[in-house]
Amino acid sequence: MAHGPATLADGWGKYLSRWLFTTNHKDIGTLYLWFSFAMFIMGGAFAMVIRAELFQPGMQLIKPEFFNQMTTMHGLVMVFGAIMPAFVGLANWMIPMMIGAPDMALPRMNNLSFWILPFAFAILTSTLFMEGGGPNFGWTFYAPLSTTYAPDTVNYFIFGVHIMGASSIMGSINIIATVMNMRAPGMTYMKMPMFVWTWVITAFLLVAVMPVLAGAVTMMLMDINFGTSFFDAAGGGDPVLFQHIFWFFGHPEVYIIILPAFGVVSHIIPTFSRKPLFGYSSMVYATAAIAFLSFVVWAHHMFTVGMPIAGELYFMYATMLIAVPTGVKVFNWITTMYRGSLTFETPMLFSIAFVILFTFGGFTGMMLSIAAADMQYHDTYFVVAHFHYVMVAGAVFSGTAAVYYWLPKWCGKMYNETMGKVQFWIAFIGFNITFMPQHFLGLAGMPRRYADYGLQFADWNMVSSIGAFMYGGAQILFLFNVVRTIGWGEPTKDPKVWEGAEGLEWTLPTPAPYHTFAKPPKIK
Amino acid sequence: MSVRSGNGPLLAKLVALAAAMFMFAIFVLPPLYDLFCEITGIGGKTDGVYTAVSVEVDTSRDIEVQFVATKNATMPWDFYPMEERVIVHPGESREVTFYAQNRTGLDMVGQAIPNVLPNNAADYFHKTECFCFNNQPLLAGETAELVLVFIVDPDLPASVNTVTLSYTMFDITDRTTVQVSQVQ
Amino acid sequence: MLKRAQALFLRLLSPAIALAMAGGVSAESTTRQLNMPQGVTEVSQAAYDIHMIMMWICTVIGVAVFGFMFYVMYAHRKSRGAVAANFHENHVVELIWTIVPALILIVMAIPATTALLKVYDTENADIDIKVTGYQWKWQYEYIGEGVKFMSELRTSQDEIYGRAPKGEHYLREVTQPLVIPTGKKVRFLITGNDVIHSWWVPDFGVKRDAVPGLFTAAWAKTDVPGIYVGECTELCGIGHAFMPVVVEVKPEAEYNEWLAGKKEEAALYASTIGKEWTFDELMVRGEEVYERSCAGCHQSDGKGIAGVFPALKDSPIALGAKEGHIAVLIDGVAGTSMQSFADQLSEVDIAAVVHYERNAWGNDVGDVTQPLDVLNYKKNQ
Repeated sequence: MAHGPATLADGWGKYLSRWLFTTNHKDIGTLYLWFSFAMFIMGGAFAMVIRAELFQPGMQLIKPEFFNQMTTMHGLVMVFGAIMPAFVGLANWMIPMMIGAPDMALPRMNNLSFWILPFAFAILTSTLFMEGGGPNFGWTFYAPLSTTYAPDTVNYFIFGVHIMGASSIMGSINIIATVMNMRAPGMTYMKMPMFVWTWVITAFLLVAVMPVLAGAVTMMLMDINFGTSFFDAAGGGDPVLFQHIFWFFGHPEVYIIILPAFGVVSHIIPTFSRKPLFGYSSMVYATAAIAFLSFVVWAHHMFTVGMPIAGELYFMYATMLIAVPTGVKVFNWITTMYRGSLTFETPMLFSIAFVILFTFGGFTGMMLSIAAADMQYHDTYFVVAHFHYVMVAGAVFSGTAAVYYWLPKWCGKMYNETMGKVQFWIAFIGFNITFMPQHFLGLAGMPRRYADYGLQFADWNMVSSIGAFMYGGAQILFLFNVVRTIGWGEPTKDPKVWEGAEGLEWTLPTPAPYHTFAKPPKIK
Repeated sequence: MSVRSGNGPLLAKLVALAAAMFMFAIFVLPPLYDLFCEITGIGGKTDGVYTAVSVEVDTSRDIEVQFVATKNATMPWDFYPMEERVIVHPGESREVTFYAQNRTGLDMVGQAIPNVLPNNAADYFHKTECFCFNNQPLLAGETAELVLVFIVDPDLPASVNTVTLSYTMFDITDRTTVQVSQVQ
Repeated sequence: MLKRAQALFLRLLSPAIALAMAGGVSAESTTRQLNMPQGVTEVSQAAYDIHMIMMWICTVIGVAVFGFMFYVMYAHRKSRGAVAANFHENHVVELIWTIVPALILIVMAIPATTALLKVYDTENADIDIKVTGYQWKWQYEYIGEGVKFMSELRTSQDEIYGRAPKGEHYLREVTQPLVIPTGKKVRFLITGNDVIHSWWVPDFGVKRDAVPGLFTAAWAKTDVPGIYVGECTELCGIGHAFMPVVVEVKPEAEYNEWLAGKKEEAALYASTIGKEWTFDELMVRGEEVYERSCAGCHQSDGKGIAGVFPALKDSPIALGAKEGHIAVLIDGVAGTSMQSFADQLSEVDIAAVVHYERNAWGNDVGDVTQPLDVLNYKKNQ
C-alpha cells in the first residue's frame, strides 16, 4: 500500500474505479457526505415547491396530488437520504481516526452499504415520473392510504425502503464491529470520544429498529399483493397496528437522527471553549437513557387514535421522562462553556444555535407530550414546527457545524470564515422566519400536509415561505464555501487546526493521510 | 490483521439481532397487538363465542345498549339494526337482530367487524351468538335478519351506563373463496 | 299535513333549492390568532389551561438557562481575556439537574392527568352522533333519530384555482353543517369509511382519528351558540385540505325544530331509492341534477364546448350501452376534468342524470335507468 489513491491524473477509468471499489473509510465517508448533500439539495427543492405553493391561499403552481407527493418525498429524502447518510459519512471519516483504528472493521461491506443507497433513491425518485406518480401518503405512510388506496408505484417505494434499510443495517453493524474490536490499546469504553459513544448507541438502535421498518413495509407488500390482511379490518387486521409498528421504528428513528448530532456538538463546544467537556460520564449515561426511553414511548404519536386512557397516561408519563436526560445534556454543554475561553468560529456558532434551537424544539416536544393538549396540537403545523426545530436546527445545523469543524482536517485547507459566518446568520435567521410562525399557524388551527388553507392563515404562510427561500439560499452558499475550500482554500499544515481541539484525530497530520493509524497509537 | 479476528462472531450476533427484529415485527407484534387489544378492549375485539354461565341477573341496574351499523367503502348493502337501543339488566341474555339486504344483482359476501364503546366495557360485553363470527353470504336481492345474542356481565364497571356496539360491514366478496350459493 | 308533505317532497326533488336553504351557513372567519383557542367546552378550556401552564414553565426555564448561557457567552469570551478553567466534573450539580427537572415533571403530571380524564369522560351523553370520514367529506348520523347527511366543501373549484375571487369563508364553508344544541352533552362516535381521517373542532378540543373498522368516542357540551370550524387532520389523499368540519350550535328549541325537519326529509328520501321510477319522473329529476352538476361544462343544451368539454348530444357514450354511460359518471375519465361522481351524487341522482342525458336533446335512446342499475354497476367494479 505504498501508493496513494488514484487521482484524476491517473485517468478517468482509474479514478472512477477508485471510488466504485474503494474500501477506504475516508473515501467511503466522502461518498456518503456528497451523496447526502445531493439528497439534501433534492429534498430541499421539494420543500421549496411546497413553500412556493403555500405562499398564498389557493392552488397556483401544482395540483393537490403532486403536493402530497412533494410532502412525502421531502420527508423520505430528508430523513433517509440526507440526514442519516450524512452522519454515517461523518462516522466513517471520524470513528477510525478517533479510536486509533486503521480502517473500519468490515471495509467491503462498507463499500456495499454505500453503493446500494443511490439505487434506493433512484428507484424512489423515478416513481415521480411514472404513471400514478410517486408515494403520496406521507413519510409515515399510514395504511390503508398506503395499501388499499395507494398508487401502483407503492411497490417501488417498498423496494426502495428495503434497500435503504439494508444499507443502514450494514453501516451500523460495521460501526459496532469497528468500535468493539478495533479500538487502540488503552482506549477503554469510558475513554471513547462522545461522537463515538453516541454513534455506537445509535448503531444499536438502528440494528434493532430498521428491521422493524422492513417488517412493516413487507407486511404492506403482502397486504397489497398477496391478499393478507395485517392492516385491513375486513380480513381481521387493524390499520392502527400499522401505526404501532411504524412508530415502534419511528420514535427510535428520531433519536437515531439526533444522537450523533449530540456527539458532534459535544466535540465542538469544548474545542471553542478551550475546556474539556463537562460531565463526560453523565453524557454517556444520558445518551444511553435517551436510547432506552425511545423504545417505550412510541404511541405518543398516536394520542388521537383512541387508545384506552391507561395507555395514554403511560405514554404521556414515559414521554415526559425523556426531558430529564435531554436536560442533563443541555446543562452539561452550557457548563462546558462556563468559565471557558470562548471564540465564535462558524462551527461554534452552529453548535450554539443547535443548543438553543434544539432546546426550543425540546420545549415544544414536552408540550406535545401532554396528551390533553396534544389533542389540539396533533397533526397541525405546531408539530411541523416542533420537528423541524429538532431535525433542522438539531441534526442539519450540527451536520453543518461538523463539516466546517473537520473540513480543514480532511483536505488540509481552511474554509472562508467570513463566508461561513454569513451563511450561519442567513441560515439562522431564515430558519427562524420559516418555522417560528408555523407554531402560530398550528395553534390557530392549520393542519399539516394541507395543500391549501383558509384566508386567516395567509399572512404567516407567506412569512414562512419567505424564510424558507432564505434558508434554501444559505445552503447554496454552504456548497460554494465547501467547494471553494477544497479547490482554492488557504492551505494549513497544523495538525490541531483549532487551538482547543483535543483527541486522537488531531494528532494526525493535516490533511489526514489516506491511511492512518496503521500502527495503533498509545493512549495515555 | 489480528484485530479483526473478533469480527466473525460479532457479525453473526448482529445479523441475528437484525433478523430477529424483522421476525419480531412480522410474527410477534401483530399477535401481541391483538392480545393487547383484548386486554384493554380496543376495538371491542374482546372474545369469540362466549359460553354462558348462569349468573344472577342484576335487576337493580339498567344498562342501555346502543347498536350502530356502518357500511365500509363501496359496500352497497342495506344494513341496519332492527332496534337501535335496548335496555337490559346485567346478566340477562338478550337477542337482537340486524337487517341486511343485498340490493345488487350479484351474489356477495359480507363480513361485519364489531366494536364496543367505551373501551372498558368491551371485556364485559359477551356475545353468545353473533353473525360477526362468520362471513355473511347474500344472493342477489336476498335479505337476511342477522342474529346477535349477548349478555352484559354483572361486573361491568359502575361508571358505565351506556354500551355502544357498532358493526362495520365490509365487502369481502373478492377476498373470500366461499361461493355464495354453496353456503346457502 | 298532506300539503306539508307535498311541499317537502318538492324540496327533496329539487336539490338546488335544498342546497340553497341548508347551505346558507358558513363560518365566521376568525381574527388573526397566535395562540390556541380557549374554545367553548370544558375539554377545550382544559387543553388551553395545560397548554398555558406548560408554555410558562418552558418560558421560565428557557429564560433562566439561556440567560445564563448568554451571560457566559459575553463574560467568558477569549476576546475579553478570559482564561479557561479546567474543571470537568461535579457530581452534586449533575444530581441537582437530574432531580429538579424530574420533580418539575411530577408536578406537571398532575394537571396533565386531570385534563386527560376530562377528555375521556364520555359517559351519560344526551345525544349520540356518528361521524364518518369519507374521501373527502363527512357524514353525520344522529343515532336513534334516523337522520343522516353528508357535509361537503362548498367552496368552488374556481375559487381554489384562482378563476374566481376567494370568498370570505374560503375553505371554511360546507353544504350542510353539523347541528347540535346548547346545554346538552353530545357524544361523537367517530369512524372512517375508506382511509383514516381525523375529525377536529378546535373550539371543542375534540380531535379523533376516524379509522375504518374502528370506533372512538369524544364529547362536547357547550352553552355558547355559534358556528365552529375545524378541519380534517389526518392525510387522506388529494382532498385532505378540502373537507372542513363546520358545527353549528343552536339553542335547544331551534335545534329541535331543525331535527324535526330533517326527519321528515329523511323519511321521504328513504322511499325514493328502492322504488321503481317512471320515465318522466327520472326526466324531471335528471334535468335538475344536470343543471346543477353537469351543465357548467357540458352546457344546458348538451352541446358542450368544442375542444374542451365534449358534447353529450349525439355522443357515442350517451347513445351506447347504459353500463358504459354509468361507468363514466362513477369512475370519471382519467386524464380529463371529468371526475368521478360516485361519492358526490346519490344513486338516484346518478340514475336520473344518466337517464336524462340518454333521452334529452334528441338523444332518444328510450331506455330507463333505475337507481338499481347504478348500484349494480358500483358492485361490479
